[in-house]
Amino acid sequence: MKSRTPRVLAISSRGGHWTQLRRLRSAFTGCDVTWASTDAGLATEVLPDRFVLIPEASRWDRLRLAWSVLCVLWLVVRLRPHAIVSTGAAPGFFALRFGRIVGARTLWLDSFANAEEMSLSGRNAAKFADLALTQWAHLGAELPPAADRRKGAAYHAGAVV
Amino acid sequence: MILVSVGSQLPFDRLVGPVAGWARARGVRDIFFQHGGTTVDLSGFDQAAFVPPNEASALFDRADVVVAHVGMGTILSCLERGKPILVLPRKASLGETRNEHQTASARSLESRAGFFVAWDETALPDMLDRLGSMKAGERIGSHASPRLISAIRDFVWNGVPPIQSKS
Repeated sequence: MKSRTPRVLAISSRGGHWTQLRRLRSAFTGCDVTWASTDAGLATEVLPDRFVLIPEASRWDRLRLAWSVLCVLWLVVRLRPHAIVSTGAAPGFFALRFGRIVGARTLWLDSFANAEEMSLSGRNAAKFADLALTQWAHLGAELPPAADRRKGAAYHAGAVV
Repeated sequence: MILVSVGSQLPFDRLVGPVAGWARARGVRDIFFQHGGTTVDLSGFDQAAFVPPNEASALFDRADVVVAHVGMGTILSCLERGKPILVLPRKASLGETRNEHQTASARSLESRAGFFVAWDETALPDMLDRLGSMKAGERIGSHASPRLISAIRDFVWNGVPPIQSKS
């Protein structure tokens, strides 16, 4: 019989969010993974995996933001991933949102930079994502087995460093 | 080579200004400024507003020490290569970033070997004079902690039927 390989979308904006996302790569071994970010130059860092460019969006420029969100929506609809993993910020947040519509499992990993409280996007994502993780032990309970997880809660299961 | 890096979002002249002033006063030439669009006079120095990822990677490889804002991309690039880093946190109160997360991150990372913090720009000149003696911590691997990797792997595979063998 044919095995099912999980289709995974790993998505974040460029910069520190991407650097953290890239460090999760070994979690996707054996998966059919597509990476998406906002700088075409990052494609070489995840070769030979597939890479999709998402237009940069700033939350202050509404037109660009709308275009970026549409591109994320199109990517999620076209790819139909089984799971979506993001380290932030805006593109990942929207990917998780749309992921819920196509039935993907969604995971938000809040940036290591948020050491005193989770980011606003992270707190919002925790409300609808299947799993929200903080990288700081004092910001989330230790991650329990899947059956005991509460939606809306933020958990801790280690860090990218 | 000293690499000055302020990240891909905004300029950070409170860092670039004093570092440029110090480099001129000390006659330091082997320095590269990634300045994010500065108003500081950097004539005579190697510089760029932004650098694409592959060039940034080469600059981090070449650098002996990095002077930067508290950006996770910059910090991880240093930790992965075993390069010492001196940081000045951006302050939201000065309009340099959205919130005070850089101060919080700097506080959380301060105890790490190879990580040095100038809490404000007045501390920079003295610390820059000590750059040569700043030792890097141990290089970190290229992957997140095994626990995090395994939690994410479990999540990704959860609900996917296992490979069924023919019987």
